[in-house]
Order: sequence, then structure tokens, then C-alpha cells
Amino acid sequence: MNGWSIVPDVSTGFLRVWRRNLDSFRGYYLAAMVANVGEHLIYLLGMGLGVGAYVTLGGSVSYLQYIAPGLVASSAMWSSSMECTYGAFTRMHEQKTYDAVLATPCSVADVVLGDILWGGCRAVMSACTMLIVMAVFGVIGSPWALGVLVLMFLTGLVFSSLGMMATSLSPSYFFFNYHFTIVVTPMIFLSGIFFPREGAGAAFEWITWFLPLSHSVAGARALNEGRVLWEAPAAVLWLAAAAAILIPIAVLMIRRRIVK
Amino acid sequence: MRPADSDPGPRGGRKPSRGLFFSAPPMTPSAGNVVEARDLVKRFGPLTAVDGIRFDVREKECFGFLGPNGAGKTSTMKMIYCASPVTGGSLRVLGMDVGTSARRIKSRLGVVPQENNLDPDLPVRRNLITYARYFGLSAKEAGERADRLLSDLELAARAGDKVDVLSGGMKRRLLIARGLINRPDLLILDEPTTGLDPQARHLIWQRLRRLKREGVTLLLTTHYMDEAAQLCDRIVVIDRGKVLIDGAPAELVEREVGREVVELRVEEGEEARALALVSGNHFKTERAGDTLYLYTDRAIEIMGRLKEAGYRRLHYRPASLEDLFLKLTGRELRD
Repeated sequence: MNGWSIVPDVSTGFLRVWRRNLDSFRGYYLAAMVANVGEHLIYLLGMGLGVGAYVTLGGSVSYLQYIAPGLVASSAMWSSSMECTYGAFTRMHEQKTYDAVLATPCSVADVVLGDILWGGCRAVMSACTMLIVMAVFGVIGSPWALGVLVLMFLTGLVFSSLGMMATSLSPSYFFFNYHFTIVVTPMIFLSGIFFPREGAGAAFEWITWFLPLSHSVAGARALNEGRVLWEAPAAVLWLAAAAAILIPIAVLMIRRRIVK
Repeated sequence: MRPADSDPGPRGGRKPSRGLFFSAPPMTPSAGNVVEARDLVKRFGPLTAVDGIRFDVREKECFGFLGPNGAGKTSTMKMIYCASPVTGGSLRVLGMDVGTSARRIKSRLGVVPQENNLDPDLPVRRNLITYARYFGLSAKEAGERADRLLSDLELAARAGDKVDVLSGGMKRRLLIARGLINRPDLLILDEPTTGLDPQARHLIWQRLRRLKREGVTLLLTTHYMDEAAQLCDRIVVIDRGKVLIDGAPAELVEREVGREVVELRVEEGEEARALALVSGNHFKTERAGDTLYLYTDRAIEIMGRLKEAGYRRLHYRPASLEDLFLKLTGRELRD
């Protein structure tokens, strides 16, 4: 315990915590991937093909192609949020895995950072699956679409941190209903996946600028359409800055919760 | 990962493993004290769990922490393995301060918690490998140590099983194996046999005695007095966050309680008659429910007199740590 300093006490232990999550993931990856990607795949097909039949956009982009990058982002948000709420709460509270790890040279910061990093990787895995589906439907517009994975890793770090903060406050699994109903799900509809934020009024656009998923969606769409500048680098910066602020807060909040 | 190894110690450092678990750990720099607590305090808000206790755990001994539930045992253990910050006083483990050297201390400790916190997402052997990784051990080293510990703790046949299907005794043995994976200089066990059947308890006691012979310092909490008597060289009894007594179990019992106990079942109102019969002998008595306890060094004489007077419901036994414990924490004694 290095006192209660604001700077997280991190060592390479976080990589070992990350590795533990990878090892356990081998036992349940199929179920996890179905849960994380399935819903977004249904949105993609239902909205893209169903609603898309009635929507005409200017230019050569189909509605399916328009919404697909946004749904890659929402699947990344969803899987990292699940990992660092239900998953992290299970490890912290139900299984006492955190207590076991804290009896080794690992610190609270190592444990939290390891889990957040793992959440980032889960986001990348979901994004990969979604990109493969996009390729099958022929809606990958540019090789730059691979850059989406970088963006989705950062998206994963941000939503993992938010999930960890919810976990630190959670008395039980039911608490996460608030997190998903108030924080996560609204972003699917407010972040420009299905309709452009710009078209919904200046106030809407300004407010939704503060939603992390807005930047993930804008960056992913730009990359898929082959536009490298400027949306994508701006999104990387925004998300990296958000992660840099949120991760230490998540560490502090979990430490407050488990170190008594 | 093991800062102490840079100091070779008087025997020139760690030798290749020869004991069943491992060779004796190197001497620690502080003169023989593995744990030193001075005026140690732990508060949770308004509640004082540990109220200024002082004790030393010496190298290579088995030290027992006794006390009723809620006495402050687990709080103290958690401060020692750096899971809980110290509120007041000082606490040094392996010569280092717990507030500033948590990582270095933890790298040399083994912890066997009261509550099972094995990783249910991983099979038995993988639990050990994963834990070894937290200590920075290489995969090869971790594998070798895991296999050896599994066979020493009679778990080799279950190496690939899920943790959930193990019996309570096996889980506890696996927790002990996990606590030994980094070859600790101090093994901390919080109620190591609570909830186990007698077979499982005895197996764990044997293994702990063997560890002690191999030179590992053991620190355990328990509220089983037979366990403390079986294993511990020295004990402290704590209650309400304070140390009530400390010393070697047998000496404490003899000094505080006496050598022998005669238990006598008596009806209401018969107590005075029974006491009159045995008066004049040096003893202490205590009444609890329907039983009169006579603590004495002259049990045979007392038994004889009571039998002559027609008392049949008598029981003689040597005084135990339990008598001492109850005297200190539970019932009032009158002389």
C-alpha cells in the first residue's frame, strides 16, 4: 500500500492479470463472442438490409455500409462494458479473485489496469468479428478499415474504465442495469450510428460530442470510407485522452471499494 | 522479484531444494523476528478492531493467533500481508515496514485465506501456474513447482479438474499449495482447518508440521484449541482487539489453569455440598450450566473423595488450552 497517492502504483503485474483473463477466456470464448457480437449483428442486418431498403443516401454509400462501422463501435463498447461490469464484479466480489491476486506482489492498480486492458482486448475481438461480417457483406470500403481496430481498442479502454467505476459502486449484479440502461444503451442511438449527429440540431450535436461512442463511430466511419484525415486522428486523440483520465479514477474507486 | 535473495545470509543463500517442499529459507536481516507489531491499531470508522497490540513472530516457529470470532485476528493478518493499511502503531514484516514495502514483503509471503478464493475459471494445476506468474516465476519453474506441490499435497490426480468439484479438504490443500508456490519465508494461514472433517484436518496438520521442520515460519489463526496445541510453539490470545496473554501453550495452561480438571455434573443446590467435600485442596472452581469444573493439581485425591460421597457423574481430564481460552475470553473464574 503506497499510501493513498493519486498516481497509480503500477508494475508489470498488470500484464499477468491480463494473462489470467486470457487463460480463463479459453474456457468460454464462444458463448462470450455470441453474446457480445450477436445483438449488433442483428442491428446490422435488420437495420441495414430492412430499414436500408427505404433509405437513400447521397453518394455511393448504402445504408448498410453507413451503419456498419458504427455497429463495430457499439459491439466494442458492449463487450468491454460487459467485461468490466459483470465480469469484473464476479472476480472482485463473487470469486474473490482480486483478494487472491492482492496477496501477491501485484497492487490494486495492477489488478484494475489488467482488467481494463483485457476489456480493451475484448473490444478488439468483437470488432474483428464484426469486420469479418462486414467483409462478407461487401461493405468494407477501404483497407484503412483495419485502423478501426486501434480505435476500438481505445474505445474498449474507455468503456472498461466506466464499467470499473460502476463495479466499484455496485452492491450486486442488479446495479449494472442502471449502467447499461442509463450509460451504455442510449449511446447506441445517440452517437451517430443510425443517423448523422450533424442533422439533429446544434444542441444535440454539441451534447453528444461528450459521448465517447460518438468519436468511435465518426472515426470508424471515416476510416471505412477511406478518409484518413481528420475524423480518425481526432477520435484517437479524444478517446486516448478520455482513457488517460478515466483509468486512474477507476483505480482509485476500486481501491476505495476493496481496501478497507 | 525476491529482494531478500540479493542478501546471501549466513548460509550463503538458497540451496537447491532438498526438503519435501523446499530448503530452509535464508536468515532474515532483523534479528530473528519475522513479524514485529508495536502498539498496532486498526480502526474501521468508529469500530476499533485491533486496539494497540504488541507481539513478535520469531523465525522458524509456529505462532498461533487465538481469539473468539471478531477478536481482531483476521484484521491483524490482513495488515501483515499488506491487504489492509495500518491505522496506528508500527508493523514490520521480514524487517520491512508494511506501509512502504508492500510489494517486497508480499513477494516473500504465502497467504492461505480463511475464505476459498481459488480461481474457479481455471483448472487445479492452472490455478498454481497462474498464481506463480503473479510472483514473476517463469512458466517452466512454475510448472515444476506446481507438479511437486500437487503431489506433496496429494492432489496430483486432480490436476486437470475444475476447482468447483473438489472437496472442502482438497480446496484447502490447494490453497496451501498455492500459498507455497513462491517458496515463502513466512506462511500465513487464517483458520486453516475450519469446516473440515477430522481426516482432512489431520492431513493438513501433518503437512504444516513438516513445513515447520523444513524451516518455514508459520503464523496461523484459529479458534480450535487442539489445533493450536498441536501446532504452535507460542500463542497469543486476543479478544476485543487486545492481547490477553502470550507464551508457550503448555506453560500458559499450567500457569493459568493448572494441570488437571475434574468435571462434576451437579443438580441445583448440591454445589455447596460437593465443594465442602473437597475443600482444603488447592484448586479453583467454576460453575457453567449443570457442570462444576475443579481445576487442580490433585485430581486423584479429589476424585476419590467425591466417589466416596456417592458422586458418579465425574469426569477427569488433563487441563487444556480450551480451559485457558475460556477463562480468558469467556466465563468468570472464582477462586
